[in-house]
Amino acid sequence: MEAAVAERRHIGKEVPRPDAADKAAGRAAYVQDLARPGMLYGKVKFSEHAHARIKHIDTSRAKRLPGVRAVITAYDTPEVRIGFLRDNFALKRDKVRSLRDEVAAVAAIDPDIAREAIDLITVEYEPLPSVFSPEEALAEGAPLIHEVDARGKRVTTNRLPLEYHHTSGDLAAGERAAKYIAEGEFSTPLIQQSCMGTAGCIAELDVAGNLTMWAKTQIPFLAQKDFVRALEAMGLGDRNARVIVPTLGGGFGTGLDTHAYEYISILLAHRTGRPVKMLYTREEEFACLSPRQSAESRIVQGCDAEGRLTFRRAYVMQDNGAYASWGATYPTVMLLPVTSIYRVPNIQFDADLAYTNNTYAQAMRGYGNPEVAFGIESTLDELAEQAGIDPFEIRMKNRNEPGETTPMGLRITTCGLGECLEETAKHLDWKNKRGHAKRRRGVGMASLIHVGGSGRIYRSDGGGVILKLDDFGNVNVSYGGVEMGQGLHSALCLGVAEALGVKPDKVFINQTDTGTCPWDVGTHASRGAFIALNAATRAYEKVRKRLFALAAELFPAEVEANLKKHRRKNPDYQPPDYDVRAHSRADNFELADSVLTLKDAPDEPWLKVDLARFLRAVHFRGQQGQMITEEAFYEPKSELPDWAKGVGNMSATYAFGVQGCEVEVDEHTGEVRILKMVCAHDVGQILNRQTLLGQVYGGLAQGIGFALYEQVQTREGRILNPSFTDYKIPTIAELDFPIHVHFVETEDDQGPFGAKGVGEPGMVPTAPALANAIYDAVGVRIRDLPITPEKIVAALGEKRG
Amino acid sequence: MTSELRFEVNGEPVQVEVKAGARLIDVLRNALGLLGTKEGCGNGECGACTVLFDGRPVNACLVPAMEAEGAKVTTVEGLVGPGGALGPVQRAFVEKGGIQCGFCSPGMVMATEALLRDRPDPSDAEIRSALVGNLCRCTGYVQIVESVQLAAKLRSENGGSRG
Repeated sequence: MEAAVAERRHIGKEVPRPDAADKAAGRAAYVQDLARPGMLYGKVKFSEHAHARIKHIDTSRAKRLPGVRAVITAYDTPEVRIGFLRDNFALKRDKVRSLRDEVAAVAAIDPDIAREAIDLITVEYEPLPSVFSPEEALAEGAPLIHEVDARGKRVTTNRLPLEYHHTSGDLAAGERAAKYIAEGEFSTPLIQQSCMGTAGCIAELDVAGNLTMWAKTQIPFLAQKDFVRALEAMGLGDRNARVIVPTLGGGFGTGLDTHAYEYISILLAHRTGRPVKMLYTREEEFACLSPRQSAESRIVQGCDAEGRLTFRRAYVMQDNGAYASWGATYPTVMLLPVTSIYRVPNIQFDADLAYTNNTYAQAMRGYGNPEVAFGIESTLDELAEQAGIDPFEIRMKNRNEPGETTPMGLRITTCGLGECLEETAKHLDWKNKRGHAKRRRGVGMASLIHVGGSGRIYRSDGGGVILKLDDFGNVNVSYGGVEMGQGLHSALCLGVAEALGVKPDKVFINQTDTGTCPWDVGTHASRGAFIALNAATRAYEKVRKRLFALAAELFPAEVEANLKKHRRKNPDYQPPDYDVRAHSRADNFELADSVLTLKDAPDEPWLKVDLARFLRAVHFRGQQGQMITEEAFYEPKSELPDWAKGVGNMSATYAFGVQGCEVEVDEHTGEVRILKMVCAHDVGQILNRQTLLGQVYGGLAQGIGFALYEQVQTREGRILNPSFTDYKIPTIAELDFPIHVHFVETEDDQGPFGAKGVGEPGMVPTAPALANAIYDAVGVRIRDLPITPEKIVAALGEKRG
Repeated sequence: MTSELRFEVNGEPVQVEVKAGARLIDVLRNALGLLGTKEGCGNGECGACTVLFDGRPVNACLVPAMEAEGAKVTTVEGLVGPGGALGPVQRAFVEKGGIQCGFCSPGMVMATEALLRDRPDPSDAEIRSALVGNLCRCTGYVQIVESVQLAAKLRSENGGSRG
């Protein structure tokens, strides 16, 4: 049973997170800090060409280097195919398709020797013609990146075999009904997730060939599945893969897929019979770990004379790079804003992806949503200008409402978008500041919709929780999702404490380990706390039911022992006139703050029993002894969409929000100074205000980086800025403006305690809010992220003629 | 090729054999097992490996180990008091939520410690200037600034002690 809002002891408060102290003390153990007995150090030899035939690999000198224990290539190891299209390989054979292709690897007794050995490997290549943009890749006669598919069938195009479309309503009628039409071509860059802790793993095989993998992953159970498949390919069929997740030095999507370096580590561990640790350097992280996918989009929207949206068209082209990882599935999330932000009756969406010889991409916070939200929210402002309607008003007029079903089939359970818009306008002083480009200052806003109750991308979208109580009244929680900094463990700890009725410091979250935790699809789609607490809700109901049934039997004896003990100390003590035995019915117990009581008993300390003592009474009773452990698995009410049709209710509920900002633009230098940001989010219910604010601030900072600074620069497939000196992420110096955060609590009945997912929304609307504010300030619209000073100066020059 | 290095870490004298080319961070993490100091970039760009070197904040990845001969080095472990009690800067980061994934936290804590030893009551601009070399990807820095402000308060209540 969940306590009513007013009675909540922990949920909704602002409390420090349980993992913070060890992190502050330098005691948290990241993969960087782990070692295994006899461990070797792995290192990868990457390609020197973007597209080339491998003619010969000479590993002889590397093998002779003292301290080297193994040098492997695709030619002397089993073929391990990876990626959801099986178009990638742990080690590349015959040809390389990008500069980050893995051609060989070394295991050595120390990292310096491994590095030295890599330099001793020489590879002879025959360069092939390359393509570095979708246009080149899809041109007639373009060289093929993949000549055959995973089944060995001949391939005739660089277009990926993935269909993403959506059509709803009557587009022609929607276009006819439009009095105003705005359209534009937009581009968003490759950006690097930039986890402070770089990627790495330790792979260890036992004698029988069972794998234990310490992995920097967000998907331990899907990784387990991937690794089991790799073991099969290595001739280790029926062997187990156990994935253990150390403290993560950031996730942001980097851990949503398994990586070639992990499979290479497994191959090296298999070859040497020793654990192998692989750790990327910062340069490798930039150049060889999959970044956020870039996108080119064309967005068209129209509205009638009153500003009501009549249609929307979106076309997206993505440079997929050489192999398919989750970057190739961004359109699945692009569908959310395209079909469902604001009420639009007639919609068309199509996306194409092309293989190129560039780096390939994976997930990052927002996952396709910011890529199209940028164009949608920018053209909406243009439409408002044409129609002579205030941008705030056009958003209010078309806003989503609770209870509606969107063209994609999303069932909107709760929706606080209207309140988010109003709060944003209020805190920006919108009426007075909008459209008055005084001192080159302007304001802008943009809205978001995102999955807020998981996001089904797999047959199961669920997760389980085990609650194990011990003789000391501790509750040990096992959940298969991943704490990567976002505050999952804090939410889980507070939620279990609240609902079970124990003190938060009696709740311990176990390390995520596929060997001990129930299955979970992974920590993505802002789903961690939503799923974990929904599963926990079901588990703690079982615990309470069992505890209270046992209490009906055992509680009176414990109270009698209490009273007896107290009377010994204080012979004058008169117990209250209350028959404990008669009142000890299962439905009359309450557990709060780790103390078991009878609901209708007088408030008297000797009539209460400490949970730890009660659990010992349950345990130590001869042959009847029990330990209390309960498990529950939760599958959200979400549907796996039909991506080719772009239809399906992919989440159990949806998050909404608005960000607004005031900026000042220097017309001479093009520099943008943010004066204020307002973030209003429909979060369902606040779980821990402190970690929730952390998610909003952190998302906003990444949104600002995406909007103004960040871009992985490439030339002919080579990453030109693989360092924090040349790739700028926001520092504490730039983020020096006031941020006003407003939370709308819509109490969603799908959410645990009413809460929705909040991990990703913070970075979704930031770029268009800034672009709209810059337009308001100086009258130029930048459609190509990042909005650098150079682009603003050039646009201002063009405007002046 | 190794050389002998003697210096002081967290108030204790240490003596270690150091390989040619080793950096201070290698000695701290590998030879001394002080794993609290994190390596985020190896190029002095991220600040995760910030330690105090004779009282001044430095990136331990940029300091050749042999330069530490005779120096006094303080790492994040050195701010923890007897019985494992966190120092005031560490407590402030915990209290204010200046920590998410935590990988930058030891460096943030050490840069803050250095700042507050120098300026016990820093302005907002001084905080931002002192921490500009410490990158964080999780927090957006808001709660980090709040942590530093609370740390200043806690340190002054403690009479500016090292905690």
